[in-house]
Amino acid sequence: MAEMRYREALREALREELIRDDRVFLMGEDIGAYGGSYAVTTGLLEEFGPERVRDTPIAESGIIGAGIGAAMGGMRPMVELMTINFSFLALDQIVNSAAKLYYMSHGQINVPMVVRMASGGGSQLAATHSHSLEGMYAHFPGLKVVCPSNPADAKGLLKRAFRDENTVIFIEHTSLYGIKGEVPDDPDFIIEFGKANVVREGTDVTLIGYSGSVWQASRAATMLEEQEGISAEVIDLRTLSPLDIETVIRSVKKTNRAVIVEDDWKFGGFGGELSAQIMERAFDWLDAPVARVSGKDVPLPYNRNLEFAALPSEEDVVEAVLAML
Amino acid sequence: MGAPAPTEQPLSAYQLSEQSLERMYSYMLLARRLNERMMLLNRQGTAPFVIAGAGQEAAQVGAAMALQVGVDYLAPYYRDLAMNLVFGMTAREAMLNLFAKRDDPNSHGRQMPSHWGLRERHVVTQSSVVATQLLHATGIALAAKMRQDPVVVMACCGEGSTSRGDFHEALNFAAIHHLPVIFFVENNGYAISERVEKEVPTEHVADRARGYGIEGATVDGMDAVVVYQTVRQAVDQARRGRGPFLIEAKCYRLWAHSSDDDDSRYRPREELAEWAARDPIKLFRERVQNDGIFPAEDLDRIEAQIDEEVRDAAQWAMAQPDPEPADALGFVYKES
Repeated sequence: MAEMRYREALREALREELIRDDRVFLMGEDIGAYGGSYAVTTGLLEEFGPERVRDTPIAESGIIGAGIGAAMGGMRPMVELMTINFSFLALDQIVNSAAKLYYMSHGQINVPMVVRMASGGGSQLAATHSHSLEGMYAHFPGLKVVCPSNPADAKGLLKRAFRDENTVIFIEHTSLYGIKGEVPDDPDFIIEFGKANVVREGTDVTLIGYSGSVWQASRAATMLEEQEGISAEVIDLRTLSPLDIETVIRSVKKTNRAVIVEDDWKFGGFGGELSAQIMERAFDWLDAPVARVSGKDVPLPYNRNLEFAALPSEEDVVEAVLAML
Repeated sequence: MGAPAPTEQPLSAYQLSEQSLERMYSYMLLARRLNERMMLLNRQGTAPFVIAGAGQEAAQVGAAMALQVGVDYLAPYYRDLAMNLVFGMTAREAMLNLFAKRDDPNSHGRQMPSHWGLRERHVVTQSSVVATQLLHATGIALAAKMRQDPVVVMACCGEGSTSRGDFHEALNFAAIHHLPVIFFVENNGYAISERVEKEVPTEHVADRARGYGIEGATVDGMDAVVVYQTVRQAVDQARRGRGPFLIEAKCYRLWAHSSDDDDSRYRPREELAEWAARDPIKLFRERVQNDGIFPAEDLDRIEAQIDEEVRDAAQWAMAQPDPEPADALGFVYKES
């Protein structure tokens, strides 16, 4: 075990995978000498050279499309998009090609590609730089969607992504890059997809989050315990597709209450899907309707006061829990 | 747009064996006869949708025969039936594809007709969003280059596709990284109803090569031999690490866009007649006959064989089973 930041854990995973498998290579904008927009790939160019750590033009559709082709051609590309917001420019390649080629070719051609991108608000990057699109990507059959909330998960899940035969949308949260945590050094350390993590056990209510919102949920759980004597269980979904609904249902059957916490917009968001599945599977166990604490349905503004007003906070989570008890 | 003036070169001036010329003619004719039969089946109500390549056979066969089948990769677009025939597709398979039958090797009924793809033949299946396959071809070439495989990838599209961002992004990426891709544009004059002047601001599509610092060539796409010569040279250079190339074959869409289109709304009949006089298959037959390469009887024999092959393929394929409904649920994720 070693203590490292989220970005360093990601870098370690990339390093280890580049060493483990000759087919692995990285490409994206500014990932070489610059080290990546969020300093994840720092030092990898020097260690692995410009063929395997390849700077590309600013052309999101182009990088993803070329990544798809390279995967078809037998390589294991990792494509970094500077942020998830720019993935709209590559959406056709991701959705109509990467996600569907395996199906459309009746299993002849799969696209084993890892697409890494930074997501989420809270860093004063305003409306076109602060999307949370985890739920949107989880909507498309054929894609796997991974969103780690801490350094150990970042490493274990990223290493697992390189072992997948499908396209993995690997979503990192901009406000988590600097957080520290204990990370296993074992080069074979991986975390399987579809295994949610019970971050904190509790008996009165289940708080469900993913990516950055796990932290709001955890802070809210502490506040509930200290201020109200309420015992909250916190679940980190880790991957939205595949989704570990079993762990969620088991918890809800124990606590009889569920609050979903997410940065994303509430309307049509992933929380709605989760809420529907809880209702379908655990309706008779619920003592209150499932609650959602989400971002406000507005584009994210720049000014700090405005941005905070539009994003969910731990206070919002506490309030939602108190309202259902 | 007017038809280009044909070359006066005799066929003997090219280094093509009689056998190669015979294959050229056979592939072109087979593609045309298949397309004719498909359209007939559509009008009879047995095939829901047909999109054909009539008028583009010379461009397609000339280009595909310049590649090494079994080694090189093809990222075709939906008119490239003749190219797929060169890459090994049979008449029966083409008909299975039309009817979206269970045993269609391309997609087993999942894709629309003419979205061909067969991994073992190095043919890459495509999205219906035009020009996306140019990027996949670029990536395949990148993988080949990284593995030091002497593979060339041919990426095909119509001139309408050259308006899309993916066309630019593919040429830009392939040029920057010196990748062995032949971008083969079949300029058939129309993007559905829009004439080339509304899609391309330069005189020739291939003029755009200069903007990427790569070589470009515009060829008479109604002449299979000329197309073959040009593409062959580009393929050889690309294999030696001097790619990519942009080649434009000027040809003509002799039919409507698809079985759902009525082109009389937008296309002057005089223009159609002018180009129909330069039907690439008719021209080729006249040439091989006039140059004394094949006697008329040989050509008639080939034609009779192909007619029989197409009749058999249609009848046989129609009688094959549809996919089982349960097959709709498979192959979403590969086991990993």
